[in-house]
Amino acid sequence: MIQTQALHFHYATSPEMFFADLRVPQGGTLLLHGNSGSGKSTWLALAAGMLTPAGGEVTVAGERLSRLSRTRLDHWRARTVGFLPQKLHLSDALTVEGNLALAYFAAGLPEDAGTIARSLRTLGVGDLADRKPTQLSGGQAQRVALARTILMQPKVILADEPTASLDDDAARDGLELLRSCAQQCNATLVIATHDRRVQDTFPDALVYRIGVQPEWARRMRT
Amino acid sequence: MKTIAVAFRYLWSRPLAALLNLLLLTLGLASITFVLLASEQVTRAFQRDLAGIDLVVGAKGSPMQLILSGVFQLDSPPGNILYTDVQALQRMPQVERLIPLAMGDSLRGWRIVGTSQEYLAHYKLSVGQGQTWSRPLEAVLGAQVSSSTGLKPGDSFSGNHGLGASGPEHAQAPYRVTGVLAPCGCVADRLVLTSLQSVWQVHDRPGTAEEPGHKEEKQVSMALISYKSPLSAVSFPRMVNTTTNMQAAAPAVEVSRLMGMLGVGTDVMKGLAGVLLVTAALSVFIALWNAVRERRADLAMLRMLGATPMRVAALLVCEALLLALMASVLGLAAGHLVTGVVGLLLAARQSLPMTGMIWLPQELWIVGAALGVAFVAALIPALSAYRMDVAQLLNSR
Repeated sequence: MIQTQALHFHYATSPEMFFADLRVPQGGTLLLHGNSGSGKSTWLALAAGMLTPAGGEVTVAGERLSRLSRTRLDHWRARTVGFLPQKLHLSDALTVEGNLALAYFAAGLPEDAGTIARSLRTLGVGDLADRKPTQLSGGQAQRVALARTILMQPKVILADEPTASLDDDAARDGLELLRSCAQQCNATLVIATHDRRVQDTFPDALVYRIGVQPEWARRMRT
Repeated sequence: MKTIAVAFRYLWSRPLAALLNLLLLTLGLASITFVLLASEQVTRAFQRDLAGIDLVVGAKGSPMQLILSGVFQLDSPPGNILYTDVQALQRMPQVERLIPLAMGDSLRGWRIVGTSQEYLAHYKLSVGQGQTWSRPLEAVLGAQVSSSTGLKPGDSFSGNHGLGASGPEHAQAPYRVTGVLAPCGCVADRLVLTSLQSVWQVHDRPGTAEEPGHKEEKQVSMALISYKSPLSAVSFPRMVNTTTNMQAAAPAVEVSRLMGMLGVGTDVMKGLAGVLLVTAALSVFIALWNAVRERRADLAMLRMLGATPMRVAALLVCEALLLALMASVLGLAAGHLVTGVVGLLLAARQSLPMTGMIWLPQELWIVGAALGVAFVAALIPALSAYRMDVAQLLNSR
């Protein structure tokens, strides 16, 4: 479940961003549309607790983020949020397996080789465990990143432009995997995208078009 | 523990950079170690050799040469003086102890020094094997001489004329080894000690002594003197220099003059080692700084995965400390190795004793300094990692 209320954010150098109040049930899917620069990534970062809002409240999986200290927020993110960034962010210094193990290091948890292997197998990249990310194709890299995202059985999966650099077949595969992974964890899925193909895969998803001044913000102004 | 393992993996993910930084830091630490070991040992040897000698009296010439030849056995003596003059000095009320020295011969490059038993007493030398000399042409070997020549008590040898190894042999008057001194870490390690009579006997040309009207007078090279009272230092040297045809040199004065000349050298060496260490520290700093810049995306990813800023900073600091620790071990080992090699070279030239096998408490400071430098070098990148804007970094590259 994700719920926002009067959420707004302010970068030092650009005008304030206002987000409409939303409510996505646990296990539901939300598509964030909007032009680049409209605030899709900002919305995801706010929901992941990586940015602190200028005002308003985000509630994710029953936790009101403004109530958590910064350290608690980091611990909470490690266990609750699966973040799939657009650039994937796999470290070239480590093997595929090492990259997944880093999630345990970041969370301060003991490494679980069994879960890592299972997660890679689920996404059909079990035999790539010893490769370096530079030796992977775009589709393979995305599967590895997705394996890392679902490692901790997150309650929320946040994906930033997951189809941006993929051809039609790979994009469909990737989205199907994303859907099945979210289903397995019963996680709420949020996909920030400006790709028409995404909506075809998730016809029932909630859609929020970022960039329109929300009602509550207009009321506040006047 | 986990942080160390991850830091180690990151460190060796760029092996060339890691090795080059390791090499730089190791070189800096090794040179500091070498300077420390060498200067400490030279100072110790000098102090040991100088202890208790207030004045050296010998032939007119350079006072520095007198000290270097008489006390440290590094230079050749300026000339000879009459033994009767030395005996006259010994009878003076200011003199507590006088040790005559007669040099001129050598055994395969090691000096043969004729002296009295007082020399052994003065340097608190103990005979390790055998016993000290009691009759002419009996000799006691310093520890280094014995191990280098392989001579043992009971063996005999004949000296070469002159202080180099190439002089003509005194085959007609062979010495017998009666003892070997225990190692003292001082000048006596590299000497062959014998009585004055031995030296005179070796140089007695048959026949000349009996020539009527030409009685060859007994000579020595110099004498080491200890005063009864330190007050004598004011008047006694001047008295010797003005009323006799001998020269008096005070080791304290000459050594401080020498240190004034050489001290610049050791300061320069220390300075160079310091510059090397600062360079190494700077390179570690630059390396870490670049590593952080290169890995900003990785560090942002760690934050995205839920790592606290503290954990990310600890990773960087850990990486730097690992590098410093490895460099410390290698640097200390290399410093000791170089000191040992220099010690071997010096021993081959029969010069100052030096070994790589001693450990000084100051070396712990070197390790401490290395870790400190690494910590400071890691601190600024770690702080910047602490303050980075994760959300922005995730989307920029």
